[in-house]
Amino acid sequence: MNAMRTPHIAVCLKVVPRPEEVKVNLETRTLDRANARQQFNPPDVNALEFALALREKHVGRVSVLSMGPPFFAEYLKLALAVGADTAYLLSDRAFGGADTLPTSYTLARGIAKLGDCDLVVCGEESSDGATAQVPPGIAEWLGMAQVTYGSDLEILPERWRLKARRELKGGHEVITVPLPAVVSVRVGANEPRFIDFARLTGEPLGVTVWSAADLGVDPAMVGLSGSATVVAGVDRAETVERRRELLTGTPEEKARTLVERIAVYLARGTRPDGAAASSPAAHA
Amino acid sequence: MIPPSYTKAEASGIWVFLEQESGRLEGVALELLGRGRQLANEAETLLSGVLLGSDVEAAAQVALAAGADRVIVAEHPALAVYTTDAYTKVVGEIVVERRPDIFLLGATPNGRDLAGRLAVRLRTGLTADCTGLELEAETGLLLGRVTGFGGGVVAIIKCPEHRPQMATVRPGIFAPPELTAKPWGLIERVPVRLSRHEIRTEVVERALHEGLDLTKAERIVAGGRGTHGDFGPLRELAALIGAEVGATRVAVDEGWIERERQIGQTGYVTRPKLAVVCGVSGAMHFTVGVEAAECVVAINSDEEAPIFEQADYVIVDDLFSVLPSLIKQVRALESG
Ligand SMILES: Cc1cc2nc3c(=O)[nH]c(=O)nc-3n(C[C@H](O)[C@H](O)[C@H](O)COP(=O)(O)OP(=O)(O)OC[C@H]3O[C@@H](n4cnc5c(N)ncnc54)[C@H](O)[C@@H]3O)c2cc1C
Ligand SMILES: Nc1ncnc2c1ncn2[C@@H]1O[C@H](COP(=O)(O)O)[C@@H](O)[C@H]1O
Repeated sequence: MNAMRTPHIAVCLKVVPRPEEVKVNLETRTLDRANARQQFNPPDVNALEFALALREKHVGRVSVLSMGPPFFAEYLKLALAVGADTAYLLSDRAFGGADTLPTSYTLARGIAKLGDCDLVVCGEESSDGATAQVPPGIAEWLGMAQVTYGSDLEILPERWRLKARRELKGGHEVITVPLPAVVSVRVGANEPRFIDFARLTGEPLGVTVWSAADLGVDPAMVGLSGSATVVAGVDRAETVERRRELLTGTPEEKARTLVERIAVYLARGTRPDGAAASSPAAHA
Repeated sequence: MIPPSYTKAEASGIWVFLEQESGRLEGVALELLGRGRQLANEAETLLSGVLLGSDVEAAAQVALAAGADRVIVAEHPALAVYTTDAYTKVVGEIVVERRPDIFLLGATPNGRDLAGRLAVRLRTGLTADCTGLELEAETGLLLGRVTGFGGGVVAIIKCPEHRPQMATVRPGIFAPPELTAKPWGLIERVPVRLSRHEIRTEVVERALHEGLDLTKAERIVAGGRGTHGDFGPLRELAALIGAEVGATRVAVDEGWIERERQIGQTGYVTRPKLAVVCGVSGAMHFTVGVEAAECVVAINSDEEAPIFEQADYVIVDDLFSVLPSLIKQVRALESG
């Protein structure tokens, strides 16, 4: 039935500050991210790669979508240069300060406006938000099935379902869900391709910008006013002061000193649950 | 404001989602009952657990022994294995009907899958992957500590108007409570309205490694890219000192070791007495996972490696020359 059907895949891309360049201002208890250089949220690059690989297999098209300030457009152009077909930036002052509730709502409205999305691919979590909840949120707003922590994505054309491996605590599962669906993928789950700079400099690459009015959203549902959570403060993460004692000599001498130093930790005892340490097996 | 499903005034009690696997409670569920009990005492309110599954009576008893005032049990064959649709529907209905003030879940893959979806269904706020929970003195609001930016920054987040105040909490943060021989709480069974066609997920395959729980390991020997794929000496040392083998994400992604052994932000947060960390550079993504270790030993051939900042004992050397000596000397110690 679906033999002729080709998927329209949307990829949600977020641009984030490089983590090592974000500083905490302890006086004002705010984050200084203004001077931090930006990058694609790492797993989102894997999300884009999955979408492009699926398009190679099943034809169809790939749209990239982002909610953020105007400078995100430059990054969306990079996504076009890597091979995405169309790019949309949801950008409006009203979207600012959004937590995951309005973020997932706004992205869902953008995806709905694309019209005919069969699959939405996201990253597992963002390095600045680190919530992993935007993808399930999008799925809920759109009433779509969801797969989180996914890898090995496949579209089963005869059944029009997505098949994916999904990480579990202490294991994994392989599941299928009907399309349309939202999937979030693990960082490093595939090997992203390089940017085709010919595409970047060749044809004019357009990014369509949609405002709150374009999406027809109620301003009270987006951005800061749509958010349910409030940041009460920020802090530098506490770091434990370590001894940092340098052990010197030959490898044997270092090992000997170390054994003396850590002898108390080597005392064998049963673990609290009484279980023996399980033997590690090589990963196939 | 996005209208919530119920108001602050209607909300009461602290709830914990009791994630289970094959009828056994996840460690983080017990940890949350422990912390939840303290918070409930502080707020002078009741602590409830919500337990879904197909045969979970024994798990419900454990939750009572762990200090719950009440365990709400929803049993159905279709709840035996976690699926987003079934769990969101059942938990969502119970929450809307009974209106908790605070709802805590473990930040496991399934806990986060459920929490993210449920928060939108309930139109409420969710603080994800907390490493600490407090109650605000003046308001009694839940304050969640969240690390961001690869572990360098902590934000304190609250949810002032929407209910329930939802949070997921990282496994291994709170100590599991003592189990009491004389539980006082009650089990309350709720009817489950669920038909198979409401569940879109089809589970084709499931593989779980029983018995491996890095968050409970007392000793850990962890390796990274510096092992170049050879975990042999690490395994030998681990076997000798009763340690679990752990790894960085790089080692896992390279396929050198199972994902269940990954330590760090997207792996497990461990709290061993001793962590011997070999051939690991010390990215914040990794070090958040060994921060709570009592003693950290780092072996790295690069004297500039950031891991040394986070180590009690610093060995600048090739791990392949240090580990064999170490193994020999530990052996000598044991036989001597
Ligand atoms: C969103 C996100 C989440 C992440 N989550 C995690 C996570 O949960 N856990 C995690 O670990 N990482 C995580 N990472 C990756 C993390 O940022 C680092 O890339 C990773 O921890 C580095 O692993 P490594 O130390 O093994 O490798 P490298 O950084 O390559 O370090 C290898 C080290 O080995 C040393 N070495 C080499 N040869 C030897 C030798 N013979 N003897 C001794 N030392 C030697 C080198 O000097 C070097 O310091 C995440 C990244 C992202 C973007
Ligand atoms: N502002 C945004 N624009 C586009 N995609 C986003 C945005 N925020 C989150 N996402 C997507 O949701 C994933 C998870 O993000 P988070 O829930 O913030 O951890 C990211 O990897 C992105 O794919």
